[in-house]
Amino acid sequence: MMTSKFTISNLPSRRPFARRRKVCPFSGDQPPKIDFKDVKLLQRYLSEKGKIVPSRITAVSQKKQRELAKAIKRARVLALLPYHVV
Amino acid sequence: MPFYEHIIISRPDISPQQVDELVEGVTTLITQKGGKVGKVEYWGLRNLAYRINKTRKGHYSLINIDAPAPAVHEMERLQRINENVMLYMTIAVDELDESPSPILARRERDEKKQRARAESNEMEY
Repeated sequence: MMTSKFTISNLPSRRPFARRRKVCPFSGDQPPKIDFKDVKLLQRYLSEKGKIVPSRITAVSQKKQRELAKAIKRARVLALLPYHVV
Repeated sequence: MPFYEHIIISRPDISPQQVDELVEGVTTLITQKGGKVGKVEYWGLRNLAYRINKTRKGHYSLINIDAPAPAVHEMERLQRINENVMLYMTIAVDELDESPSPILARRERDEKKQRARAESNEMEY
């Protein structure tokens, strides 16, 4: 009788969601400077509704995410970026 | 002396010349008070991202300031009184970069591209 190959140890476990190591876009050599005047760069980190996208999705490091949030909030006060897009 | 980046948004219904006068007023005040003004930029009449006091556009100008704090304080006081200034923001920065700010740099690049395309079209005829 063929021994069943499924022993407890090699039961096909559900494949965890394959998550590749995302690199923080501001960590490479000479990364783009985070500046509240650079609207094009900041818009990349805003959702369509104009909200700040969390760093677990954009893979931005914590320190850079704080700088990014501060720049976005300054740009919003200066009406370079909307607070919310209807 | 500390470095400041100062942004002024002035009302759309004043002429660009008046905006220049406003900025010159700031520079004279700063130099009188013992400071120095570096790069001055005029981003033109831009659309605001949302309406402020029922207005939709505004003249944006940026001034790099290297001055003692009382000078900046006095300048801000005058701008609070000035009716043409809709909104201003002063930010202390570690160093002033004299290169054109991203908004102007992008506009120059687009113009260069258009000129290049225009020339290439002419060559075809």
